Amino acid sequence: MNPEPAIDGIDRQIILATQSGLPLEPQPYHAVARQVGVSPEEVMARMRRMLVTGMIRRIGVVPNHYALGYKANGMTVWDVPDEKVDELGERVGALDFVSHCYHRPRHLPDWPYNFFAMVHGHDKPEVEAQVRQIANLLGDADRGHEILYSTRILKKTGLRIGG
Amino acid sequence: MDELDRAIINELQGGFPISDQPFAEVAARFNITEQELIARIDSLLENKVLSRFGPMYHAERMGGSLSLAAMKIPVEDFERVAEIVNAMPEVAHNYARDHILSMWFVLATETPQAHARALKKIERETGYPVYDMPKIKEYFVGLKLTA
Repeated sequence: MNPEPAIDGIDRQIILATQSGLPLEPQPYHAVARQVGVSPEEVMARMRRMLVTGMIRRIGVVPNHYALGYKANGMTVWDVPDEKVDELGERVGALDFVSHCYHRPRHLPDWPYNFFAMVHGHDKPEVEAQVRQIANLLGDADRGHEILYSTRILKKTGLRIGG
Repeated sequence: MDELDRAIINELQGGFPISDQPFAEVAARFNITEQELIARIDSLLENKVLSRFGPMYHAERMGGSLSLAAMKIPVEDFERVAEIVNAMPEVAHNYARDHILSMWFVLATETPQAHARALKKIERETGYPVYDMPKIKEYFVGLKLTA
């Protein structure tokens, strides 16, 4: 487990001011600083620190999959021996079509899968080809897998902290 | 969307600078003005080609709890359950998927206690058990989509 780096009230205000996006103006961090009531240097220093600690994963654009033509978004789920999942997880996560990749608990007998990889293709055949590539990489460690396509987005909001 | 928009999307999925004039810095890489870069990002957001622009925060490292959960919902009861699940502020995303486990949602709460409470509430109000699948380990989270 990663140690939890403490965030204080000012960090929290910076997060609240930026979690739905950075201001689209020439000096966005200065705008955040005015909103929070601290100096721009302090906002930048704190955000740099949050980048280093991993509190901020990255700063940039988040494309909409569908708008870029990635219409087939498959949650691929795999039954992999527990003792191999860490090593294989790192290798599958490095594939360029995998956007998220996790070890999760099984729920036997209904749900034997302990490894999840989200893959993105322009259509289902492309996703199926990606799944074959993952299966080849896993080899004998692939004791069964499925692709669950999303059929409908029922709700999608950003991950937010409260005010 | 033209070639420059595609280049911006491909180059800027991370690494936006933290500096006094970050747009000017990035614009120089594309040989455009700061104003043009800002206008293009604005219009890509407006047209929903981008869903966000800014820092992506790591919910668990902010002390929160994030979990994927699924439920087996019969077709005839799906809309009723979706309404209950979607109405909960703790549910960030909810997807219908083509599987017996037909509803998959992400629960984001500020504490593990709030997470447990939300799960219990969903089970109580819908009448179906929740298969909670909090991550044991994360190997990769990122976007590598090509525009």
